[in-house]
Amino acid sequence: MHGYEFYVDPSRCIGCQSCVKACEECETHRGKSMINFDFIDRSRTTATAAYVCWHCDEPTCAMVCPADAIKKGEDGVVQSSLKPRCIGCANCVLACPFGIPKIFPALDQMMKCDMCYDRTSVGKRPMCATVCPSQALSYVRPDEIAGRREKPTNVFYFGKQKITTRVYMMTPAETDSVSLDVLDYVWENSHVTVSQSQ
Amino acid sequence: MAEPPVSPDVLLERFGPHPAYTPPGGWQDESRNPAERLVQTHCCFCGQQCGIQLKVRGNRVIGFEPWEEFPFNRGMLCPKGVKRYMQGGHPDRLLDPLMRSSEGFQPVSWDQALDLTAKRLREVQEKYGKDSVAIYGGASLISEKSYLLGKFARVALGTRHIDYNGRLCMVSAGTAYKLAFGVDRSPLPWSDITKAQVVLIAGANVAECAPITTDYLWRCRDAGGKLIVVDPRMTPICRNADIYLPVRPGTDLALYMGLLHVVLRDGLERREFISAHTTGFEQVADSVRAWDPRTVAEKTGVPPESIEVAAHTFAKADRAIAMHARGIEHQSKGVENCLALINLCLATGNIGRAGAGCAMITGQGNGQGGREHGQKCDQLPGQRSINDPEARAHTAKVWGISPDDIPQAGYSAVEIMEAIHRGEIKALLSACFNPLVSLPDENFTREALGKLEFFGVVDFFMSETAHYADVVLAGSLQEEEEGIGCTTEGRVIHIRKAVDPPGNARGDSWIYCEIAKRLGKEKFFPYRSTREIYDELREASRGGHADYYGITYEKVDEHMGVFWPCPTLDHPGTPRLFEDGRSFHADGKHRFVVTEWRESGDPVSAEFPVYLTTGRVVSQYLSGTQTRRIGGLLDQYPNPRIEIHPRLAGQYGIQDGDWVTATSRRGEITLQAMVVKTIRPDTVFIPYHWPGGRSANRLTHRTLDPRSKIPEFKVSACQLRKADGPPDWAKPSLEKHALPRRGNA
Repeated sequence: MHGYEFYVDPSRCIGCQSCVKACEECETHRGKSMINFDFIDRSRTTATAAYVCWHCDEPTCAMVCPADAIKKGEDGVVQSSLKPRCIGCANCVLACPFGIPKIFPALDQMMKCDMCYDRTSVGKRPMCATVCPSQALSYVRPDEIAGRREKPTNVFYFGKQKITTRVYMMTPAETDSVSLDVLDYVWENSHVTVSQSQ
Repeated sequence: MAEPPVSPDVLLERFGPHPAYTPPGGWQDESRNPAERLVQTHCCFCGQQCGIQLKVRGNRVIGFEPWEEFPFNRGMLCPKGVKRYMQGGHPDRLLDPLMRSSEGFQPVSWDQALDLTAKRLREVQEKYGKDSVAIYGGASLISEKSYLLGKFARVALGTRHIDYNGRLCMVSAGTAYKLAFGVDRSPLPWSDITKAQVVLIAGANVAECAPITTDYLWRCRDAGGKLIVVDPRMTPICRNADIYLPVRPGTDLALYMGLLHVVLRDGLERREFISAHTTGFEQVADSVRAWDPRTVAEKTGVPPESIEVAAHTFAKADRAIAMHARGIEHQSKGVENCLALINLCLATGNIGRAGAGCAMITGQGNGQGGREHGQKCDQLPGQRSINDPEARAHTAKVWGISPDDIPQAGYSAVEIMEAIHRGEIKALLSACFNPLVSLPDENFTREALGKLEFFGVVDFFMSETAHYADVVLAGSLQEEEEGIGCTTEGRVIHIRKAVDPPGNARGDSWIYCEIAKRLGKEKFFPYRSTREIYDELREASRGGHADYYGITYEKVDEHMGVFWPCPTLDHPGTPRLFEDGRSFHADGKHRFVVTEWRESGDPVSAEFPVYLTTGRVVSQYLSGTQTRRIGGLLDQYPNPRIEIHPRLAGQYGIQDGDWVTATSRRGEITLQAMVVKTIRPDTVFIPYHWPGGRSANRLTHRTLDPRSKIPEFKVSACQLRKADGPPDWAKPSLEKHALPRRGNA
C-alpha cells in the first residue's frame, strides 16, 4: 500500500506499550486496542513482544468462520468481522495460529487489527507503527528495512500448516545465545561466566 | 499550617487522583467529531519534548495526531505522549482558586485568593525578614514561566530562596559540564548518536525514561555501532547491548576512573587533542593510576575482563559518545561521576565532532530551558551566575532595578525544605512541584510542610503536597499558555497554546503578575502576554552562555527548533558545541577535573545490607500528579513493586507477588515483590511515582552532592523482610475513591 510494508521486530521492543495505547485512538474501534502485547517471561527477561495482525494470504480465521463474516480486501488486509454476519462464536479466536482475533462480548463480535484501514487506505501510516519509539513496529519502504541487522521473513510454519503473511517478522541475523541473568555478568571474586567479546 | 484540613480520604474523594479512561464525553461522543484545528506543539512530559499535534474542538483538546514532520521524533511517542491529551477535560482538574476551610478546600474568587496570598507573604516577610519566604518552581514550566518566577522571587518578594524541582534532575550534569566546558548543555544534537561507532549509556534507563532515544540507538547499531550499557538493572535496551556492565549502585565513579586507567595504561589516549584543547590532564592521569581493573572490579562488581573490553571498545573508536542520566547523577558524588565520563571523552578526543562527545539525557519536560533563565537559586537569566557582578548589572538593567537589589544566591530545593523544617523559612509558594512525593525522606518533608505559617500552591491538579496548602491557585496546563521550551538536545522549541484554561483556572503567568501587583511591584510585571515575557527573556539572556536573543517564536517555527546559543537574529543557532575546538571557558580549553572516590551517604551495613535504588517506569512521570490520573497509564503499572533477584529473594523466602517490607534508616514501606533476574542480587529497585505508604522516598535520604545539591536517590541502604500481609494502602477500602471505570463500548 503506497509502497510501505509492515515489519514487526520483538528484539527491538522496549515494552512501553505506546502501540497498545495509540491503537485505542483508531477511528474504526475507538477505545479498544487491537494490539497483542506480552511480556515473554518477566522473571527472566525484559523481553516483550507487540504484534499486530499478520494479515495472512490465506487467513485461517476466515477459513474457519461459519458465518462468512471475515473478509480480506484486495489490498491484503484482513478486516474485523462484518457486524451483521458475526455470530460471536469465537472459532476464529481458537483457530488463528497467531492468537490475534479478539471477541468483544458486549458487542458479540470479533474485532481485530485492520492495519488502521482508515489511515493506510489514504496513505497514512498505522497509528501503532507511527508512534512506536523503538522500531518494534515499523511501516516503511522495503529499502529502508534492508539496512537493518535483522532480516524480514513472512513465512511461518505451525506444524504442517505453512502460512505466508502480508506483515513481516524481523529475524535475528546472528543466532548466538545471550544470557539474560545479571548474575552472569557480575564480578564476585570469581570468573565471569559470560565473556563479552570486543 | 499544621495538617491537611480534613482527612486524606475526604481529599482523595474530592480531588483524586481519579483515573480517567476516556476522552471528555467518552470514546463515542465529542472526541469522535473531527478536529477543528490541529495544533503543532510538544508533549508536556519528559525532556525529549516530542513533537505532537493536538486535536482541538471548541476549547477542548479531544485527541492527538502524530507529527511526523518534526525531526526529533518523526511522529513517535511513548504511551505518556499518546495519553497526554486526557488532562484538559479531566474530572480532577482544578477549575477555581481554593482556600482552606474547616471542611476542606472551598472555591473562592480570584481576588480573595490572591489578596490573601499577597497579604500573608507580606506579613511573613515583615515579621521574619525577606528571606523567610521561599519559592519552588518546576522544570515542566515553559521558559517564560520559569523566567517570570525567578524575577518574581527576586524583584516582587526580594527573597534569596528560589529553587526548582530540576534540582532533583539535571544539576549534577549541569555542574559538571560547567566545570569542564564552561556551559551547561548537551554538546551534541541527537542525530549525532546515529553517527557514533560506540555509544556508552551510563545510568540511563533509556527505554523507559527517554523512549524516543531508543530509535537513535537502534539506528546507530544498524550502521554498525556498538552499544555499551552500564546499569545495576538489565533494562530493556540491555538486550541489544554489545557490552553490559552491571555496576553496583554508587560505584560508577570507580568504573569510569577504571576505564580511563585502562585507556592510559594501554596508550590509547589522543595526545594531540589533549595538548591542543585541554588542561589538567596530568593530574587526572595521576588520579586514576590506582584504579586498575581488579581494584575496580572489587568496588563495582563489574568483571575486570569487561572493564578492559569496554575501555578498548570506547577508546579505539574514531567516534564515541557517552550518554548519562540520573543513574550516575542522583548520587552524593553525582558531579564527579559526570566529570569522570567527561574525562574519558576528553582523553579519547571525543568532543566537538559529529558523532563524538558526551551528552546528558534531560529528564524533565523543560529541564534544560527551565534551568537557564533564573529559576535556580544561584543563576540569573542566560545561565549567568548570580555571584558575578557583571551578570547582576546586566540583569538589573533589564529588570529596571539596582544590582544591589538582586538578592544573593539562596538555598537549593532540599535545603529549602530543611530550612522550613528548622523554622528559618516560614512561608512557601510552590508551582508545579510535588515535594511530598519527589523529595527524599518523605517523613521529614511531611513534618516540614506542617510547620509552614503560610503555604500557597499553583497547580492544575491537587497534588499530595497541596493538601497542606492554605491557598491553591488553579493554574494552567502546558497547552494553555504559549511559550518556548528547550529540549535535551539544546533545541529551543515552540509550545503553542491550544486552548484557554478551563473554568476559572488561569494562566500561571497571570497569577504571578497579579500577586506582584498586590505586593506593590506592578511596574516590574507589566506583561499582557507570554510573548512579552519572552521578549524580555531574550534581552535578559543576551550575551550570556544560554543566549536566546536571536531566537523568536517565528524562527523556531520556520526551522523546527533553534539550538542555542543564538546571539543574533540572523544566526542559525548552534546544534553542536565546541566545533572550533574551544570550550566556553575564557581560555577556550576543555578542563580535565580530578575526581576523588567517596562512599555513599547511606552506606550498607550488617543491619541494612541491601542496596536500594529508585527510578521511573515508562507509564508514569515524576511524582505522578498528572500520570496517576490517566487510567490507561495507571493500569500499565498501577502500584510500585520491589524488584528483587531470585537469589536475594530466596534468602528471605520471598516469592513473586509476596508482600515485602523494605526498611531504611528513615522509614519503611510494604510493597509486592517482583522477582526478576534482571537486577543485581545485592540490590532492589522501587519506582518513586507514588505517595504515602507507597512512597519510595520514605526510604531515601537527604545526603546531597556538595556541589550540585542533588539528593542521592540512586543509593540507599535497606533491609528486607517478608510481610504478613498487605499494608493499609492496599486494603480494599481505598478503592472506593476510584471513579467507576467508564465502559469501553
